[in-house]
Amino acid sequence: MSLWLVLAVNSITLGGLLFLLSAGFSLIFGLMKIPNLTHGSFFMLGAYLATSLIARGFNFWTAALVGGLLVAALGGIVERLILRRLAGAELAQVLVTLGLSFMIADVCLMVWTGDPIRIDTPAGLRGATSVMGLGFPTYRLAISLIAVIFAAALWALLDRTRLGAMIRAGVDDPAMARVVGIRVSRLFTIVFCLGAWLAGFAGVIGGPILSVYPGLDGEMLPLALVVVILGGTGSLVGSLVGSFVVGFLYNFGQAMFPELAYVVLFLPMLIVLVVRPQGLFGRQTV
Amino acid sequence: MKRLALVAALAILAAAPLWVGGTYYVNVASQILIYAIFALGVNVLAGYAGLVSLGHAGLFGIAAYGGAKLMSAGHGQVVVTVGGLAVTLVAAAFFATLSLRATGLGFVMITVALGQIVWGVAYRWISLTNGDNGISIGGRPRPFGLSLASPAGFYWATFVVFLAAVASMAILVASPFGASVRGTRDQARRMNALGYHVWMIRFLAFLFSGFWSGVAGILYLYYNQFVSPQMVALTASAEVLLMVISGGTATLLGPIVGAGLVVVMKNVASAYIERWNFVLGAIFVAIVVFMPDGLVPGTVRLGRWGLAAWRPRAPSAVPAPGEDDGR
Amino acid sequence: MSALAVRDLEKSFGGLRVTAGVNLVVERGERRLILGPNGAGKTTLFNLITGETRPDGGSITFFDRDITGVPSHRRAHLGIGRTYQIITLFPRETLLRNVTLSLLGLSPLRWNPFVRLERQAALVARARAVLARVALDQLAERPLTQTSYGERRRVEIAMALAQDPKVLLLDEPFAGLSIEERRDVLRLVSGIPRDVTIVMIEHDMDVALDFAERITVLHFGEVVVEGSRREVVAHPRTREIYLGE
Repeated sequence: MSLWLVLAVNSITLGGLLFLLSAGFSLIFGLMKIPNLTHGSFFMLGAYLATSLIARGFNFWTAALVGGLLVAALGGIVERLILRRLAGAELAQVLVTLGLSFMIADVCLMVWTGDPIRIDTPAGLRGATSVMGLGFPTYRLAISLIAVIFAAALWALLDRTRLGAMIRAGVDDPAMARVVGIRVSRLFTIVFCLGAWLAGFAGVIGGPILSVYPGLDGEMLPLALVVVILGGTGSLVGSLVGSFVVGFLYNFGQAMFPELAYVVLFLPMLIVLVVRPQGLFGRQTV
Repeated sequence: MKRLALVAALAILAAAPLWVGGTYYVNVASQILIYAIFALGVNVLAGYAGLVSLGHAGLFGIAAYGGAKLMSAGHGQVVVTVGGLAVTLVAAAFFATLSLRATGLGFVMITVALGQIVWGVAYRWISLTNGDNGISIGGRPRPFGLSLASPAGFYWATFVVFLAAVASMAILVASPFGASVRGTRDQARRMNALGYHVWMIRFLAFLFSGFWSGVAGILYLYYNQFVSPQMVALTASAEVLLMVISGGTATLLGPIVGAGLVVVMKNVASAYIERWNFVLGAIFVAIVVFMPDGLVPGTVRLGRWGLAAWRPRAPSAVPAPGEDDGR
Repeated sequence: MSALAVRDLEKSFGGLRVTAGVNLVVERGERRLILGPNGAGKTTLFNLITGETRPDGGSITFFDRDITGVPSHRRAHLGIGRTYQIITLFPRETLLRNVTLSLLGLSPLRWNPFVRLERQAALVARARAVLARVALDQLAERPLTQTSYGERRRVEIAMALAQDPKVLLLDEPFAGLSIEERRDVLRLVSGIPRDVTIVMIEHDMDVALDFAERITVLHFGEVVVEGSRREVVAHPRTREIYLGE
């Protein structure tokens, strides 16, 4: 019984992390129409940067924010210098993000070497908390809470602010958005940086649970892809639901069929693609 | 004239073990041929059908793993080859059905996911694939009793398969079906209205592409006598795609040249720098940004550009307003 | 037996009702013109007939056969041909190859991966003949990119004629043409024999009126006026729609 509970909590935690990762991916795909294959690398890079910052004495949360900002800055440079040059050639943009992911991964390997690095759970969130008479690791609860806060914040951004309205317009109909006067290219940069920040931040937050190691990017990217395929691109609700579905599938799958974790992921993706290619909540076909 | 050049080129390639210096280079030459077959297969989909797949290393690997497993189970070379290819075709049908639910970037995304799942299986399903430790096979096959243990022997066997691959591609390209495939790349909507079954055409192109990727995979298994998850990683799919785009998708020569370039670069780079992945990524970015048509057409264009500076240009029709390139 | 009949056809995109209960009957050999301002749903109607778009309701009958459920790529085989408002030809190919591709679409040869397309003498000869019908046989070997807009419009029509359609749907065939080019295309279209039923969409009335026998006027997805040329031109609603409301 308690094993299932532990798995459930872990699943919610992973789901929360995945949401932070895939919300950015989904927005970038929805607005810019490119699957950003650098997204896994952003996640990993954020975590690596935080380890260095923490080693220099920064506190965990500062490292998380700053790590995210550094990744966002990199994202901004990439978008303005390279992706913008290829505006309109979406396939070329995808290939560029792929090439960049290799470059970033190799640089990380060079700088931080091949050994996995643990990030310590931030002080104050260690140990267990008692909820309804059961003990849960405090940090995992914290991650879930953070994910919920960000979900709400992103929803508020998209639904309540002008920026959000412009993003939604750009996702729905970029040509029309331009006609109406929305500076779509500037929007692209903002969204790309936001997505990169979320990915980097998520990497740091996930550090105490996943650690950082070479190959982390290759493991997180397909999870984000499956989330977006399941939940639909450009949809925040879809990312949320998809993240938790994937979180549960992956954890339970790993526990029950340790060798088949990826196959378990595969099946719902298969079903969604066959039955409803635009994902559970997406509007346009992928 | 072109035919003469072609025969000459083939003759030079066939004689490679004789003029290339040393067994190391003969092995590199074999690698180039194997990857050329793989790249040609990927080009059928990317270049002729306009469907860019980043998951084809999955098919390449499924063939190799399939063959390795059959060999470990004690089967003979015929069963290993046929069985490996059969498994690959089934997998290709599966991949195709799923990824053709979308086109364009959705297609790319789904192939990435599929390729990564194959990698995840290769890495994690240890009882099936031996995980990171990979599977070793005893030795190379002996078709018609001939030994392929020597580098030169293996090279010539690979060369024969390479010729078959190139011939099949050349025939396909010139055939009505080949024209159908290219039509769906340029004007899918119109092709539909003209009576072509666009999905089926793409599906069959995918199978054809998967078949040759599988052939390359089995050859690689025999070459390396070892298969590991590295073969199905995203970097592997990216490498073969790099071969296709660096050589250029519009010709048969392009992927072959691209394979040569990337294999040589990889071998040279690994000898001098440990940062192959970085170089791979950088070249990808550079080619996509600066030479999107690939090196073969790019160089041809540069040549013409140079010539055109000396000759007046013929007037060409400016595309009129209202021209569409259809999807 | 009518050539083409559409009954209570419905199509909405999101909240917008683009085709609102359209009823249309086109008799064999008829020359029908579909008029209407931009956004009236004319091209959508064509897309529904060819099957590119699936209707939300209603039915489509082709020579008394219900084709509402027939997949779009099969409809060409039944005898429905169309041209497009925006030219959608194969840019990297010659004119001859463009028309050959059109002919190939109905031929079982299109699945053949073994023979050489260029050596299919019968097919290529027929393609040349079609180009001759539109007076472009001199330019057969010319790449599409080296032709003028007017020539491309004629290739559009050639593509559709090549398949010997029973019903030909022409979507704004005069768009973007000079006066002389329009006269050429009109002559071409008028010269099509009566065993082909023609339905034409046009936005601009001048040239199209010469061609039409019966006219259907669409507005906001509905049929608002229908009748002979004289009736429609005289109808107050027509004037209202075209001269502003």
